[in-house]
Amino acid sequence: MAINVKDLDRDFKYQVMREPGGEYLSRCFACGTCTASCPVREIDERFNPRKIIRMTLLGMKKEVIESEFVWLCTACYMCQERCPQDVKITDLMNAIKNVAVKEGFIHPSYTAQVEALKNFSRLYEVGEFENKKRQKIGLPALDTETKKEFVQVIDDYVSGLLKGGEE
Amino acid sequence: MKYAFFLGCTVPVRAQNYELSARRVAEKLGIELVDIPEFRCCGYPIKSVNFRGHLVMSAINLALAEKQGLNITTLCNACSVTMIEANEELKEHPEFLEEVNRELSKFGLEYKGTVNVKHFARVLYEDYGLDKLKEHITRPLEGYRFAAHYGCHFIRPSSVYAEFDDPQYPVSLDRLVEVTGAEAVDYPEKQLCCGGGILGIKEDVALALSNKKLGIVKEKNADGMISICPFCSIMYEGNQKKIEKIYEKEYGIPVLYYTQILGLAMGFSSEEMGLKLNRIKPRALMEAFSNG
Ligand code: SF4
Ligand code: SF4
Repeated sequence: MAINVKDLDRDFKYQVMREPGGEYLSRCFACGTCTASCPVREIDERFNPRKIIRMTLLGMKKEVIESEFVWLCTACYMCQERCPQDVKITDLMNAIKNVAVKEGFIHPSYTAQVEALKNFSRLYEVGEFENKKRQKIGLPALDTETKKEFVQVIDDYVSGLLKGGEE
Repeated sequence: MKYAFFLGCTVPVRAQNYELSARRVAEKLGIELVDIPEFRCCGYPIKSVNFRGHLVMSAINLALAEKQGLNITTLCNACSVTMIEANEELKEHPEFLEEVNRELSKFGLEYKGTVNVKHFARVLYEDYGLDKLKEHITRPLEGYRFAAHYGCHFIRPSSVYAEFDDPQYPVSLDRLVEVTGAEAVDYPEKQLCCGGGILGIKEDVALALSNKKLGIVKEKNADGMISICPFCSIMYEGNQKKIEKIYEKEYGIPVLYYTQILGLAMGFSSEEMGLKLNRIKPRALMEAFSNG
């Protein structure tokens, strides 16, 4: 990777470390155990947790948060189990995603999920149709109401992030 | 034995055979599952977007169970890990709990942090116990061979599961399969992820992950895979035909929920365990255990 020093953002790593899960970023000594343990990396070489961590430490903010890669982590926790430095990599990947969202980069599949949650308080709607089907096979009908609690949480924590940036 | 029954988003619409078999099995075992109508999403999808927001979502559900003095049991690995981890975060960080309760107070809710969350398979393994479970087996599934698929979030991260099972070489679900009288097939990469978490992000990579394990299980010639998570089943069962097409393979591997085979061994019929709702028909089991 070609690095242009001018483009580096020295604050990026602190921004990640301030997010829950990002705290242990600077413990990484680049051994590569995470990359060797990663099932996604085995299939798509462009996804490389060790590299994402190095890029974050270096301050390659744009490359990290605008890439699709951070969204490719399945959260399988294999890297986290094996990291000798206890970097808590899966949580760190989540922290990076949280920063990306704050900067206006959210993967569209998550925008859709947020939308569904706001409408149904569930990922999938349970309405009359679904309840009829449930009852037909012997399952109880579920409460179909959209809960104001969930609408509120999304309004308070998420909606603002989707409209533009924060921080 | 009594738990608040947390269904989550996926089970009630996409894994009705799982829910049906779990409810029937629990009833017969004398495990009371209490439906709390106000339960909604566990918060998992929001974690990647905003960690604090996902904590509040989890806490709404935790607070609802706490109000009734109940611990939670779930059928989904993602719901389990999300609420277990949220619980830990709220315990470890008083400032999170404070913030969460500020939000909850808007709806007259409060969370004190007293609720315990456990996957239903772990409830069977740990709280109910294998010995007591064995007493209910009236029709052992002798001669059947199943490959147990744990799914990541049933055993990892070890930071919250250390006292339960090994994060890389787990045994609990194999023991549960053996209780039914069936053989638990040993196979490499038992810990491998199904890929479900990125199905909506990059389908080809997600399906490649599932294909890998389907290939391993096929070689072992098992009668089926045993799942305890709706996401894992969507990957291995719901997407199996698609995977076969992409990779030009013929798998035809039935994927059953653990509660389905447990129920068969407890004397329920294949109809009662919802086997006809399985996408890849477990024909041998359907014929052997039909009531008609
Ligand atoms: S395993 Fe841990 S220490 Fe090694 S490169 Fe990955 S994050 Fe860094
Ligand atoms: S948690 Fe993410 S980065 Fe770590 S091994 Fe799994 S997929 Fe790879």
